Amino acid sequence: MLDVKDNERYKTFTRRTAILSSGALGLFGVLLSRLYYIQVLESSEYTMLAEDNRVNVELIPPLRGRIYDRFGKEIASNRKNFRVILVPAQVTDINRALDRLSKIVPLTEAQRQKILRTAARQPKFSSLTVVQNLTWQQFAEINVNGPDLGGIQPDAGVTRFYPYGPELAHLVGYVAAVSEDEIHDDPVLVLPGFRIGKSGIEKTVEKELRGVSGTRQVEVDAFGRVIRELSRNEGSPGKDVVLTLDMALQSFALKRMAGESGAAVVLDVENGDILAMASVPGFDPNDFNLGLSQDTWDRLRNDELKPLLNKSIAGQYPPGSTFKMIVALAALEAGVMSPNETVYCAGKIRLGNHDFHCWRRGGHGWINMHNGIKHSCDVYFYEVAKRTGIDRIGEMAKRFGMGTPFDFGMLGEQPGLVPSRGWKLANFGESWQQGETLIAGIGQGFLLVTPIQLAIVCARLANGGKAVRPRIIRSIGEDSLAPSEAPSMGLSRRHLKIVQAGMNAVTNELRGTAYGSRITEKGWEMAGKTGTSQVRRITPAERAAGIIRNEDLPWKRRDHALFVAFAPVSAPRYAVSVFVEHGGSGSRVAAPIARDIMRQALALDPVTRTAIGPIATGRSIRPPISEEG
Amino acid sequence: MSYIEGLGSGGRDLRLMDKFFEINWGFILLLCLVAGLGFIMLYSVAGGQIDPWASRQMIRFGAGMAMLFVIALIDIRVWMVLAYPAYAVALILLVSAEFIGVSGMGAKRWIELGPIQLQPAEFMKIAMVLTLARYFHGISLEQVSRLFYLLPPLLIIALPVMLVLRQPDLGTAALLAIGGCLMLFIAGLNWKVITSFLVLGVAAVPVGWQMLYDYQKDRIFMFLDPTRDPLGAGYNIIQSKIALGSGGVFGKGFGEGTQSQLNFLPEKHTDFIFTMLGEELGLMGASFLLGLYILLLGYGIAFALESRNHFGRLVAIGVCLTFFLYIFINVAMVMGLVPVVGVPLPLVSYGGTAMLTLLFGFGLLMCVHIHRGVELPRNSIGLW
Repeated sequence: MLDVKDNERYKTFTRRTAILSSGALGLFGVLLSRLYYIQVLESSEYTMLAEDNRVNVELIPPLRGRIYDRFGKEIASNRKNFRVILVPAQVTDINRALDRLSKIVPLTEAQRQKILRTAARQPKFSSLTVVQNLTWQQFAEINVNGPDLGGIQPDAGVTRFYPYGPELAHLVGYVAAVSEDEIHDDPVLVLPGFRIGKSGIEKTVEKELRGVSGTRQVEVDAFGRVIRELSRNEGSPGKDVVLTLDMALQSFALKRMAGESGAAVVLDVENGDILAMASVPGFDPNDFNLGLSQDTWDRLRNDELKPLLNKSIAGQYPPGSTFKMIVALAALEAGVMSPNETVYCAGKIRLGNHDFHCWRRGGHGWINMHNGIKHSCDVYFYEVAKRTGIDRIGEMAKRFGMGTPFDFGMLGEQPGLVPSRGWKLANFGESWQQGETLIAGIGQGFLLVTPIQLAIVCARLANGGKAVRPRIIRSIGEDSLAPSEAPSMGLSRRHLKIVQAGMNAVTNELRGTAYGSRITEKGWEMAGKTGTSQVRRITPAERAAGIIRNEDLPWKRRDHALFVAFAPVSAPRYAVSVFVEHGGSGSRVAAPIARDIMRQALALDPVTRTAIGPIATGRSIRPPISEEG
Repeated sequence: MSYIEGLGSGGRDLRLMDKFFEINWGFILLLCLVAGLGFIMLYSVAGGQIDPWASRQMIRFGAGMAMLFVIALIDIRVWMVLAYPAYAVALILLVSAEFIGVSGMGAKRWIELGPIQLQPAEFMKIAMVLTLARYFHGISLEQVSRLFYLLPPLLIIALPVMLVLRQPDLGTAALLAIGGCLMLFIAGLNWKVITSFLVLGVAAVPVGWQMLYDYQKDRIFMFLDPTRDPLGAGYNIIQSKIALGSGGVFGKGFGEGTQSQLNFLPEKHTDFIFTMLGEELGLMGASFLLGLYILLLGYGIAFALESRNHFGRLVAIGVCLTFFLYIFINVAMVMGLVPVVGVPLPLVSYGGTAMLTLLFGFGLLMCVHIHRGVELPRNSIGLW
C-alpha cells in the first residue's frame, strides 16, 4: 500500500542518516583524538600546571637568635604573642563577632574601625590580626569561648621581647617592621609582620640574628585557602649572640644614673670588654616592636634629654679636665716638662691680652705635675700645653683613641674631635692661636670626646699603655669573637706611673678633687680624674661679679660633669667613665656616681667569673621561646 | 483510509501490555548507566556527599524515567496530532519569556509558574523536532526542495532561534539552528539547495557577528586564544584543559581531582562535569562515557531506520541529533574545540530542565521504537 515516492523518500532518509551517522562518528573521533592529545600527549605539561595551581610555597620565618649577657642572662628573646586573628570569609558578621570579643578584650572605637577597614581591603581568605599581646588570662578565656565568637580565632605568634626594656634600649636596639628600602635579597623580608633590627646590636648583627627562612609547600584551593601541608623545610634559626655585658652591672649603672642625662661606661682594662654601657634617659624597645604610637614617637624625638640617642657612643662633649692626663703624658713623652718642675698658679695667667683663669680663684701657688693632676690646676696645664704645643697634644689624644670611632659593632658611634692646625685652617680658614692650645690643655675649646673614648683612655692609662679597643660581642652562634689585640702604645712606663699616681692622688689623697668619692675598701682603691667642662663663655664682667653658680643657671647652660676612674689602683681591672650632661661639677656629681658604679663592678667582679661560651645554633641554654606571658 | 489500515505484525491494535514488552530494555539500561556515571561524579563534586547534587539528580532522573515510559506508551499518532499545538505553545512561552522571564546569568531563560521554573527553549527543542517531523511527513520528497514548501520549515526553525538569541542564549540557539537544519538535510533537501544554503550561511557570518553581544564575542575570542586573559574570561577553558591533561590515562582517582576538588575548575557540577570526570577517571573514564553515548545513539539510529513511518523516523533522528549536539558541543567546549557556551553534558550535568528535555526526547524515541510497525501514509493526516 506504500507509495512508490514514499519508498524513494525512505531510501533518501536512509542514505542521509548514514551520512549523518558517519559525520557524527567522525566528530566523536575528533573528540577522542583531542582527548588523547590533552590527556596523553600533553599530560605531563598539564600535570605540572595543575601542581603549580595546587601547590604554594610559603616561607617559614626563622626564629630570631637571642641575645645574652656574658653570664647567659637573656637580653633579647622571643616570646609567645597571644593574639586574636580573624578570617573575614569565615565570619558571617564581623561587627557581631567583635562585639562578643570586646566582652573579653576591650576594643576602642578606633581599633574597631581599623579592623573593619583592613577586612574590607584585603582578600577574604587572608587572616588579619584583631588584637595582640593578650594576657594569658584573656587568651585562655577566648579559647574557652571560641565557638561563640563566630570565626574569631586565638593564635599564638612569636614576638621579640626585651626583658630589661629601657635598660638596654640603646645598646641592644629594637626590631620593627621592614621598611620599603630595606627589602633586598632575602624573600622573608616581605612576609607581613616580619621584624628586623633597626638599631643597636639588633641591627649590626641583623644577618646572623635573622637566620635562614625555611619553606613549606602547602596545598591551596582556588581561593588561596590552605588545605594541608605537603612538605616542610625548616630553615635555620638565627644565631644566638653573647655580649660582653654584665647585666647586673648594667642595671646598677642605669639605676645610679637615673634622673640624669648622660652616660656611663665600664670596661675591662685588659681587653676592652664593655661590661656596662648606660645611656640615660632611655626608652622601651618593646614599644617599637609592637608598633609605636605617633604620640610616643614625637615625645621621644622632641625630648631635649634625647632619650633616643646612645650618649655613650654618640654623645660628643668637651672632655674638660679628664683630658689633662693626655696633656701631661704628651709633655712627658716630648720631654718638655719634668714631673717635678713647678709652675706658679696665681689663679690666672696672661697670654697676649687675654687672661686664662684657673678654676680656683685664689690659685694653687707652686705646683708640680702630681699636684697639677691631683688639684686639677688649670694654670699648671696652660703652661704644660703651651710648652707641648697642640700638635703633640693632638697626637697623644689620637694615640689614646680620641678623634676616630672604634667601629666595634655599634651603629651611630661618633668620632669625637681632636683639633689640629690643619683642621682649623680647613674648617675656619684661620690659623691656630696659641690661646687655643692653652684651652685645649684643660680639655676645652674644640676638643670633643665620647664617653666610650673616655673609658678607653682611662683603660689604656690603667693597663700600662696597651691600646685596648672596646668589644661588645663575645660570640655569634658558635664563633667566638676574640678581643682585638692590644699592642703597646710605646709609652714610657715611668711616665705612665707619674700620671697614674696623679690620678690616685685625686681620689685617695687629702684635698684631691675627688677625695670625697674615694673607695675605702682595702684592695679596691680607685684612681680617677674629675672633669667639669664649660658649655658657656664666662665674661670678664661675670668673673668680676662672681661666677654664677651652676644651680642658678638654666639646665642647658650648666657645666657638664665628668669623671674617669680605674680600680683597683694596685692591679687595675676596671675602667669607668661617667658623663653627666649639664650635671654641674665633676667632683660633686660625676665622681660619686663613678665611685658607686666602680664599687659595684668590684663587688660583682665580672671579669674574674667564668662567662658562658659560644652557643651553637639550635643548641640553646634556654628554651627558644619563653612560655610565661 | 483509516489509521489502522497498515498496522504492523504485532496485530491490528497494540495493547498496553504488548507495548510494554516492546520497550527496548538495553537502551533503558544504557540510559541508567550514563545517568549513574553522572550521579557518581556529582557525589564526588560534593566532596563525597550525596547532597546537595547527586540526591536531587537521582530524584529528577527517576521522575524523568517515569515520564519516559508514559510518553513511550502513548500512541505515536497522538504525538503527531500534538506536534503543531506543542510548537505553538512553545513559541508563545518563548515570546512571553521576553516579557516576564526571570533573568539568570544575564539571560532571560526562565518563566516562573508557581514552584516550577520553565525554560521554554528546552521545551522548544522537542516541539521543533516533532513539528518538523510532522511537516516533512506530510510532503513528498520532491516538494521538500521547493521554495514554497521550504519556507514553513525555515520559519519553524528561525523564529525560535531568533527568540532564544535575544535572551540571549547562544548555546541553545546554536543547538536549535543546527538541529533544525540537519532535520532539513535528513528530510531530503536536494544538494543544490544545500549548497546554496551553505554559501548564504558563510556570507551571513559577518552579519551574525554584528548581532552578538559583547560577552558572546568575548567567548569566541577566548576560544581562539584562551591565554589572552588567563584569570578572566579565558580562565575556565585553561583550567579545564589543565584538569583534563593532568588526569592522564587513568585519572587521579575518584574524588582526588585537585583541579576539581580545590575549585580551580569552575562550573564543575554543571557544564564542566566532563572535565572533572576526565580528571578523576582519566582518558579511560572519559572515553567510556563517550562509548556509552555512541551506543545510545546507535540504538536511536536503529530505531529510526526500523520505523515504518516517516514521522517516527524523523522524530527518532531529530532526538538523536539533539542528543548528539548536546554531547558534541559540551565535550568539544571543555576541551577548547568550540567556544564556551552554556550547554550541559546530557544526562550527566546537574540540572533538571535539560534532563527532562532529554528524557522526554528519549521517551519519543522509545515511542517510535514501540510503534515502529505502524504505517502512516504521507497523506493519512494531511499537511496541516
